[in-house]
Amino acid sequence: MKLDAKIPDGPLPEKWSSHKFKMKLVNPANRRKYSVIVVGSGLAGGAAAASLAEQGYNVSCFCYQDSPRRAHSIAAQGGINAAKNYQNDGDSIHRLFYDTVKGGDYRSREANVYRLAEVSTDIIDQCVAQGVPFAREYGGLLANRSFGGAQVSRTFYARGQTGQQLLLGAYSALSKQIGLGKVKMYNRHEMLDLVMVDGHAKGIVARNMTTGEVTRHAADCVVLATGGYGNAFFLSTNAQGCNVTAAYRAHKRGAGFANPCFTQIHPTCIPVHGENQSKLALMSESLRNDGRIWAPKDPATAAKIRAGELDPNTVPEDERDYYLERKYPSFGNLAPRDISSRAAKELCDAGHGVASTGLGVYLDFRDAIQRDGKKAIEERYGNLFEMYQRITGDDPYSTPMMIFPAVHYTMGGLWVDYNLESTIPGLFVGGEANFSDHGANRLGASALMQGLADGYFVLPYTVGNYLGEQGIASAGTVTTEHSAFAEVEDAVESRIEKLMSIGGTQSPRSFHKRLGKIIWDECGMARSREGLEGAIQQIQALRKEFWSDLRVTGDADGLNPELERAGRVADFMEFGELMCRDALMREESCGGHFRVEYQTDDGEALRNDADYTYVSVWEYQGDDTEPALHKEPLIYENVALATRSYK
Amino acid sequence: MKLNLRIWRQKSPLDKGRFEDYQLDDVSEDSSFLEMLDLLCEQLVAQGKEALAFDHDCREGICGMCSLTINGIPHGPEKETTTCQLHMRHFKDGETITIEPWRAKPLPVIKDLVVDRSPLDRIIQSGGFITARTGSAVEANAIPIAKQTGDTAMDAAACIGCGACVAACPNASAMLFTAAKVTHMNSLPQGKVEKDRRTLAMVSTMDGEGFCGCTNVGECEAVCPKGIALDMIAQLNRDYTSAQVKNFFEPVQ
Ligand SMILES: Cc1cc2nc3c(=O)[nH]c(=O)nc-3n(C[C@H](O)[C@H](O)[C@H](O)COP(=O)(O)OP(=O)(O)OC[C@H]3O[C@@H](n4cnc5c(N)ncnc54)[C@H](O)[C@@H]3O)c2cc1C
Ligand code: SF4
Ligand code: FES
Repeated sequence: MKLDAKIPDGPLPEKWSSHKFKMKLVNPANRRKYSVIVVGSGLAGGAAAASLAEQGYNVSCFCYQDSPRRAHSIAAQGGINAAKNYQNDGDSIHRLFYDTVKGGDYRSREANVYRLAEVSTDIIDQCVAQGVPFAREYGGLLANRSFGGAQVSRTFYARGQTGQQLLLGAYSALSKQIGLGKVKMYNRHEMLDLVMVDGHAKGIVARNMTTGEVTRHAADCVVLATGGYGNAFFLSTNAQGCNVTAAYRAHKRGAGFANPCFTQIHPTCIPVHGENQSKLALMSESLRNDGRIWAPKDPATAAKIRAGELDPNTVPEDERDYYLERKYPSFGNLAPRDISSRAAKELCDAGHGVASTGLGVYLDFRDAIQRDGKKAIEERYGNLFEMYQRITGDDPYSTPMMIFPAVHYTMGGLWVDYNLESTIPGLFVGGEANFSDHGANRLGASALMQGLADGYFVLPYTVGNYLGEQGIASAGTVTTEHSAFAEVEDAVESRIEKLMSIGGTQSPRSFHKRLGKIIWDECGMARSREGLEGAIQQIQALRKEFWSDLRVTGDADGLNPELERAGRVADFMEFGELMCRDALMREESCGGHFRVEYQTDDGEALRNDADYTYVSVWEYQGDDTEPALHKEPLIYENVALATRSYK
Repeated sequence: MKLNLRIWRQKSPLDKGRFEDYQLDDVSEDSSFLEMLDLLCEQLVAQGKEALAFDHDCREGICGMCSLTINGIPHGPEKETTTCQLHMRHFKDGETITIEPWRAKPLPVIKDLVVDRSPLDRIIQSGGFITARTGSAVEANAIPIAKQTGDTAMDAAACIGCGACVAACPNASAMLFTAAKVTHMNSLPQGKVEKDRRTLAMVSTMDGEGFCGCTNVGECEAVCPKGIALDMIAQLNRDYTSAQVKNFFEPVQ
């Protein structure tokens, strides 16, 4: 596997514009002769499909929901970053670039991150033009807030629904193209494999989830924008259907998978309530601006609270450990996500946790309410408090909110070069599905920015460049009649048959839960050599059990949610092992990846720049062979590597 | 808690369908309505029976995918709450709960509790957009928008496209949904250019998809999980009348 990042020459600020100038163009009259498959209708996929169709290409777009508007981008609450410097507080493209590289703990590619910061401003223009109702000031200008501990106010937001509003913007542009016949939309279709012809991605095989029919789709190239793989952990803030299937199938066909162990655990989620929990709810990070995070100093006090014998409000001030304020005085409750999450876990592990399970800490608004009044807090967080009360039944105005970290985002993904092209020619990857621009840790409000940057402003250029390079003579030459399609279709059909016919006793969900627990315990917030080695063995054993004792009810020739889940879990079963392998290989702590063996004396992450300043890229070698590791060295020419300190 | 469930089962669009009764014994009050159904599915699988099909995805009240009629009410008894955000503590131990799909002719059942909502997408495809080709936008702050206008657009844009309003309406009207979309775009300066075209096209598609007219029953507003208000329908009616008049004198392109 050859890794050529294709980073353009020249100074950082000029790379993207000079690269665009050198790209091959496709004559407008010829564009309609090409077709492009876009899998995914979230911010990345929806924006790319609409923009490519506007340019004149024929696009087929796929999603597993019943409408493209329901992609999980819709759930983002907090906001989207852009270096507009509307607040005149010293923001700039360079600062956003720098913050992102630093926030990612120096494990991302400079050139890509710079481009992201550069196009961030165009995104806001584009969205406003589409009618995205961002929050405004009384003077009519756009409002901003500071988010996730950033020192400038560069976050744009639309009430608590930034994701929905941005997605509706992309969806409306996509809908226009569907109405015009330039995009053919395939709702309730799940991509199950990639089809390659002469080493290039030329199509996909999907399952029509309504009829059960396995269908072939050919094109001149394929774009994957299928989101993240957080559901490998079973419990996460992702939607139920989020999966790794599309990306993992592409990986098995030859696409390198980068940094699979880089996952983000968000510190402010509602704690698990019981055995039947199916997902975790995120509480916006903005709550940390006013809430104070604490746990009882004395584990005995925590035990009493857990048993319901003590009201947390009665715990005296000197018996509360405001641990973030104590450990990180300059950032306090706003310490970055990875650091805050780990601190909560450590306390709970040491017996200080609250909530019935012992896995919770307090996010307390008592002092803020005393300081600013209940009304002010209600204005700021009213809808979040309501949501909390709806889920837990507790009133956060009178009893402190309980939070615990949960899996939220995956920085790892398919490896892509500067053009967002994977190691398979003609296979492009955008949004959370690629290994992206966030290194080992993503900053708040940067995923929406990256999804739209890829979809509106990068892929439409780089896909066109690829098609131009292939030449007009190649356009439309591969059809579904090609034998490669028949082969892949057979493989997909026989896998479905196999899943249906095991005839065991355990449900897909029960396997998913068990897998998730292994990954959460050993490849979650704290990882160790011993734990990871054990996890790999446990996953292998569980996978065997899965293929011999799975029970899928219903039929394959119609809507069957059990079968859908079984297929996704089957891929997580293989992919989970890859996550553990990657975590085991990376003998350092950086960002969301914390190896207990590599920490400073006071328990902070210990990065090893001399040996690990690279992207780990895994190549699939066969079901019974270990994957091969390749390395893309990361070269920092513009930012000096430093230790992240939030003390 | 223990529950008796009466659930609509239907093999396919052509099957007639029927209610079936199930019992669940060990439901936690803290679990959500859909987690309760997960539990039922696990029980069915353990018994070797076919699990239930129902739509859901985000499970946090924003994607609009969940869609159950619970005891006769789309999204169930709690105000401004989607099915996925409804929790079992709102039900009584030993209660019988009836669960059906959306009931509306233009949204036919695909299987069990899953319906086809593609007509709602087609309404949007016919005009529910502001044309802004990628790359053509002006600087975002070039057009200041009064906060109030922005807020109105945002109120309307909160619609999650779930279709509960259609399911609740005795006429199976899609007016609330369409009105929310139209109001969102028509109220913004960016949306003015295509305003008449948009309104006429969306209403005409809505009629063509078999949704009936609005007779001001108000059930839609009562079940809407996002609090979309009936005023939006009044706004749509005004915009529609004005577009029709203009269209009469000079056809709207
Ligand atoms: C609760 C929550 C809150 C968040 N808040 C913020 C925030 O405030 N700010 C921020 O910047 N980021 C936030 N994020 C992260 C951000 O929302 C996501 O990273 C981003 O939206 C992902 O966009 P995407 O286009 O890559 O993928 P998605 O929006 O997940 O879209 C994936 C698409 O792929 C399709 N798909 C997937 N698999 C298949 C398959 N096999 N076959 C066919 N189609 C398939 C799906 O149908 C869907 O259309 C949040 C995330 C969550 C979960
Ligand atoms: S108007 Fe309300 S009920 Fe109707 S689709 Fe929108 S959110 Fe659902
Ligand atoms: S599942 Fe998304 S709104 Fe209910």
